[in-house]
Amino acid sequence: MDPHLPWFILINPLVAAALIHIVLRRSPSSAAFISVCSACFGLIAAIGVWFSHTPAESIEVPWLSLGDDLRIPIGFTIDSLSKIMLLVVTGIGALVHIYSTVYMASDASKARYFGNLSLFMFSMLGIVLANNFAMMFIFWELVGLSSYLLIGHWFSKETAAAAANKAFITNRIGDFGFMLGILMLWAATGTVVFPELSAKLADIQLSPAYLTAAALLIFCGTLGKSAQLPLHVWLPDAMEGPTPVSALIHAATMVAAGVYMLARSYFLFSAAPAAQDVIAWIGILTAVMAALIATQQDDIKRILAYSTLSQLGYMVSAVGLAAPDAAMFHLFTHAFFKALLFLGAGSIIHALHHEQNIWKMGGLSGKMRMTFACFVVGYLALIGCPGLSGFFSKDLILLAAWNSNKLIFLLALLTAFLTAYYMTRLVVVVFLGKGRSHSTDHAHDGPAAMTLPLAILAVLSIIAGWGTEPFFSHSFQGLQHPAHSSFVLALAVSVFALGSFGAWKIYAGKTEEPIRFLPFFLDKFYFDEIYAVLIACTHDLLSRIAAWADKWILDSVVVRGLSGATWGSGFLLRFLQVGNLQAYSFLFGIGIVILVYLLVLGK
Amino acid sequence: MLNLILLLPFVAALLVLLGAPARKTALISSSATFLLSLYTLLSYDQAKAGFQFVFSKTVVPDWDLKYLLAVDGLSLLMLLLASVVALAAVWVTPRIERRENLFYSCILLISAGAIGAFVSQDLFFFYAFHEVALIPTFLLIGIWGSGDRRAVAWKITIYLALGSAILLVGLLDLHHAIPTGQRTFDMIKLGQLSGSGLIPAAAQARPFVFLLVGFGILVSLFPFHTWAPAAYASAPAPAAMLHAGVLKKFGLYGLIRLALPLLPDGAKTWAWLLLILLVGNIIYVGFATIGQKRLDLMLGYSSVMHMGYIFLGIASFNQVGVTGASLLMFAHGLSIATLFGLTGYLRQFSPTLAFDSLGGLAKQMPFLAATFGAAAFASIGLPGFANFAAELLVFFGAYKTSFAAPLSGNFKIATGFALWGVVISAVYMLRAYRAGFLGPQKADSANWTDLTGSLKLPFILLLGFLVLSGFFPNLLLNLVRPALQVLLAH
Repeated sequence: MDPHLPWFILINPLVAAALIHIVLRRSPSSAAFISVCSACFGLIAAIGVWFSHTPAESIEVPWLSLGDDLRIPIGFTIDSLSKIMLLVVTGIGALVHIYSTVYMASDASKARYFGNLSLFMFSMLGIVLANNFAMMFIFWELVGLSSYLLIGHWFSKETAAAAANKAFITNRIGDFGFMLGILMLWAATGTVVFPELSAKLADIQLSPAYLTAAALLIFCGTLGKSAQLPLHVWLPDAMEGPTPVSALIHAATMVAAGVYMLARSYFLFSAAPAAQDVIAWIGILTAVMAALIATQQDDIKRILAYSTLSQLGYMVSAVGLAAPDAAMFHLFTHAFFKALLFLGAGSIIHALHHEQNIWKMGGLSGKMRMTFACFVVGYLALIGCPGLSGFFSKDLILLAAWNSNKLIFLLALLTAFLTAYYMTRLVVVVFLGKGRSHSTDHAHDGPAAMTLPLAILAVLSIIAGWGTEPFFSHSFQGLQHPAHSSFVLALAVSVFALGSFGAWKIYAGKTEEPIRFLPFFLDKFYFDEIYAVLIACTHDLLSRIAAWADKWILDSVVVRGLSGATWGSGFLLRFLQVGNLQAYSFLFGIGIVILVYLLVLGK
Repeated sequence: MLNLILLLPFVAALLVLLGAPARKTALISSSATFLLSLYTLLSYDQAKAGFQFVFSKTVVPDWDLKYLLAVDGLSLLMLLLASVVALAAVWVTPRIERRENLFYSCILLISAGAIGAFVSQDLFFFYAFHEVALIPTFLLIGIWGSGDRRAVAWKITIYLALGSAILLVGLLDLHHAIPTGQRTFDMIKLGQLSGSGLIPAAAQARPFVFLLVGFGILVSLFPFHTWAPAAYASAPAPAAMLHAGVLKKFGLYGLIRLALPLLPDGAKTWAWLLLILLVGNIIYVGFATIGQKRLDLMLGYSSVMHMGYIFLGIASFNQVGVTGASLLMFAHGLSIATLFGLTGYLRQFSPTLAFDSLGGLAKQMPFLAATFGAAAFASIGLPGFANFAAELLVFFGAYKTSFAAPLSGNFKIATGFALWGVVISAVYMLRAYRAGFLGPQKADSANWTDLTGSLKLPFILLLGFLVLSGFFPNLLLNLVRPALQVLLAH
């Protein structure tokens, strides 16, 4: 492989972003053109990397180095894991760029949008390529920035500005742990580079408690980025961003970065079984909780957002169940069908002039045939319809749970049931029945730049699971591969059938929500409210106390007490009349006196 | 060369005071200083390292007191910072209604004093040049400040004069602690001798605590920080830029240049105290920053808070941490100067800069919003800016320090607090940015206009250096590292 190829992949979107932000702010169409071109070049280069047969190699240049004390390079890992991820990111990235040219066509800040989209591609590809924890952290923070900028794209809306802040700050809380974990590992091994770290860890035999603590702290990064309990609260709000952004960043790629990071550093987690248990439980609890919430939401994007949370929970749990291959496989298939569902939702929202409430839709199957067909493919793939991509990957995760923890298996099965249920509810309410508002009367499919990405993603959502599984299991050495169980398969298919049939029975022909006895789910388990109270009685209170104490105690009493009370204010005022120069020299004199006194006394 | 760089702003200040066209003279002189500093930096022989461009003239032979100018990597970094910020500060100065010449003269004097302190390698001149820079700072606040400027000027005068006096005591005590016969004011010699344990361990504790408190007050070390937010809020923008960006770094520079190499055992004795105080800077002041309701005060507090990180790097007493502290001095100087410069521009529209009176400005002031956003994100440690690379070094250095061995667990805890400070700083910066620039526009800000034309350039210059050194931190590390290796030799 040409060693310049990964450099090109990484730098090309940065150049596009810089060009757009610096010189093309006032020419939106050329900005869009440059951004789309850069995304397409990225895809071509990623395909080139995919087909190169050079063995796994690490290419690096020094970035921050202090001799033997510390070495942080910018370096690339090219192995099957990163190759797959490159394809996913650049592939869906390119489609979303193309789709955005229509979706954002009349936006007043189109140039800024595309500049930030390219900035996101740069940051995300950096995470994928990174060969060390510090570099991953750098790009980890940068995707946080691009996510902040894109969620807040319509920043004049208070809700968008609030959501952007919430996303960035919540992620920073996760990164607090991530960085601490990196420091712990570095303090023990003296390196942050993955292969060296892996070799050293095998070599020096750290205490299990130390390893577990380090692994869990690193996992905090995943809690933030992949929105797992208890840091999941930012992702639903992130839907304030433009829908293509939700598809690319908050469904297919960035939120999956947490899972990718776990897979990339699996050598660490496999050595810390206690940490893996925690990870498995956090993942599955997130999956169940988000699925329960999704059953009662009315905003089409929020339903999909909770679905994303739930599926990310699946993936995280799979890593905890010692099945990182299953997690990566599900990440891969999920990226296609969830991007498809979001772009489909975007087409609907676009057609209905920014209507997002599913109860104001209805009957769209006849009016938006193309969108409907693609959306149904994504829907079936998500709920695990046999034969489609999601079926294969979900089955693998269920199998891993079945083999290691029956309770987690039951919860995973429950999640699969709920997924079939809430997604069927969504499809029935949005596409079937009669239109329930007049904006549905004139709805129609978008132009080719919108439907083509949908069609491509639909095809990928069908075939992505066919025979691709081995790629993922080959990425990890020494994994146990559980035998396929037809019992698990049968259970998976029956909950799929049960969930979708049940939801169809309940929701077909309804014009409003028939089930409203679950305020707990509707109100998202009150997480936002609980956090608001928590923050108010800790951070906010402390800040008020500190600001008050600084003004009225440290400053007033100490400083003014020292100056004002002892010398008398009249004396003070006279100084001010004559200016500071004299006052200053007077004090200077006092200093000298003290000094001489001290020196004489000291000797 | 160094003589020229140092004399230029002094001569310009004098000329302006005597009636030369103020802005023009100041701009020419500070541009020339900047270009000459850049030239010095580029022609510094990194392979040879050590002190270069030496100019020496004995003043008092008996005391080995000399007018000694020379730069090593550390001094060069500070020289670059001082000359960039000085140029930007002159550039952003708006029309001054009264006593314009005195104003510009003061600005030039501050930059001259700061440069002098950083390139002088003699204890006396090191101290004296800093004093030269302080006086015009008081004048700028007292005469051209906003709000309750007299009270603020008085407070900063008391505080900093007290700090300087304590510092002077410390310096003389330090000088006294050196065995007779080896006593010298020559900082180059002192640095070289430090490796061999110049001062007996037992005699190090007292001078160190004087230096720590003296320098600490000048750098707004908790709890001696309350002068800073008020002073920066009241000071005219160029003065705030120069003081927070450059002059304040004198104290940190002094700790690295003098206290650490000459008094390592003193540093070890007092490490516990410094750790507590710097956590106070990061956590207590961090919370106080969140509680602010005005943009200028919030920035003042945030600048105090970030000093905690530099102190942490210094406290760690190893290559990684102290290098991080040096780089952070540079990075923080540039980012805070940008923020104060932009805030100064906003003040012409909104004198109090209360968050309530701002809002939605990103729509009508896209350039200001973008540059403010960039500097804000830089200051909270976003990768791509030098601040991040520097903070990373500080964290790595502090976490793994073996200095003051019984305390190494406490260093880890302090690092943990410092990392939580990164969350705190995201909270206050993003809240402030949202309050000022996002959300719906306010009616009374309808006719506020964005920066135009050449007014944009100083900010592009400051951010340009921040991004360049953020993307390629090794450029600066390779410069600083040999100097610190000498200073931390033992």
